[in-house]
Amino acid sequence: MIKYLIALLLGLAVGTAAFLALLYLNPLTAQNRLSPITVTDNDVLHLNYPAVASNMLIYTNDGESQVAPHPTKVLQLWEPPIRKTDAIATVLTNSRSQVLGVGLKFSSDSEATDILNGHLLVDSVWHIYLPGKGSLFIEQQENYWSYVRDIVIPARWNSGDNWRGNWRGNISVGPGALGTARVVGGSGIFSGLESEGLETLSSKAYSVAQGLVAADGELAIEIPRIESEPTPDP
Amino acid sequence: MFKTFIAGILLGIVAAAAALYFLSPVDQYREQSLIVVHPNQGNTEVFHVNVPMDRIMVGARAQQNPLPAGLEWPNDEVLADTRTELFKIRNGKDAVVGVASRIAATNEISGDIVEWVLHLPARGSVYGILQVEPTEGGFRRGELKAGTGEFAPLRGPLTERWIADTSGDEDAPAGRIEITTAFVRERVAE
Repeated sequence: MIKYLIALLLGLAVGTAAFLALLYLNPLTAQNRLSPITVTDNDVLHLNYPAVASNMLIYTNDGESQVAPHPTKVLQLWEPPIRKTDAIATVLTNSRSQVLGVGLKFSSDSEATDILNGHLLVDSVWHIYLPGKGSLFIEQQENYWSYVRDIVIPARWNSGDNWRGNWRGNISVGPGALGTARVVGGSGIFSGLESEGLETLSSKAYSVAQGLVAADGELAIEIPRIESEPTPDP
Repeated sequence: MFKTFIAGILLGIVAAAAALYFLSPVDQYREQSLIVVHPNQGNTEVFHVNVPMDRIMVGARAQQNPLPAGLEWPNDEVLADTRTELFKIRNGKDAVVGVASRIAATNEISGDIVEWVLHLPARGSVYGILQVEPTEGGFRRGELKAGTGEFAPLRGPLTERWIADTSGDEDAPAGRIEITTAFVRERVAE
């Protein structure tokens, strides 16, 4: 009787492991690396920011997560309704590292998360101000499945508890039908703007103890061209 | 015994799939929404920020005592006239229900702004643009520019007002920023 029980338990362990391996290797959950923003004819505004907490102006969370708040004395989000939320404030720069403005981002774990289908989702919003240009609001859903699969899990398997490499991925997956973020202009030249955006993460090093060690983020925002009125045929 | 082992494998696959399908990995905590419905079909909801307790960050170039301590606000000319703040926000029962950002800036080219983003994780977010100059009574009035989640189909005004504390209590806040929203569902033309 006992040997049957052992066989059943062994089978359960093997079955669970096989299912998790299938989930991990599932090619159907591979990341879509092509975005409509990258092939648009419209102008695209690129905003860069540091994706490592210690390089941001501030980063805060519940204080018990993997990534430590920065600076250390920042107020932590420990109350139950905001415990699964991160807040950041960061400088936004162009490709030549010139300061363009400031960005504030709130990210909350999404209740639409569905691990079975490779959806590790986060609902986030950006509040952006670029002096001399105006303000923007970005709403998006992000998927961190590829990030976890390609960086976090390999780092945990690594004997040194870290990962090094070159990883770049689109983390925006909605609410746009083509996996783009929704952009709403607030003031200045962006007033009245309704457009799409894309957030990308580039990582070179990750530590199990600290999270991302070397990483940058980029926001690409499509700025539609103003179509000139066609001249009537005389 | 081999058949039992195979049955165990199949059972393990089914159990793992069922667990991932039925168990929700994320369940955001919800505080009760305290919305007051008025006879004119409008409804209001009041949020507030206790100052200074709920201030997470004040980013401004002229700030002598940075908040939080250790904040290194960039000394760049571009951000000279920009004041950026992060807060926790509370409902009418004084319970923290979300986080918020406020940006106030003056700029000759892009204009002066006062804007809020309220982020309530279990409900959605609100992007509101206010008039720069307060009206009589200290109100700054504005409009919901965009919303997400349950706020996505809503439209309507919001106001901001500073209320100084007059209780004289030793541990009372210096005052509070009150944000009142009066959103209604946008009518869709039939």
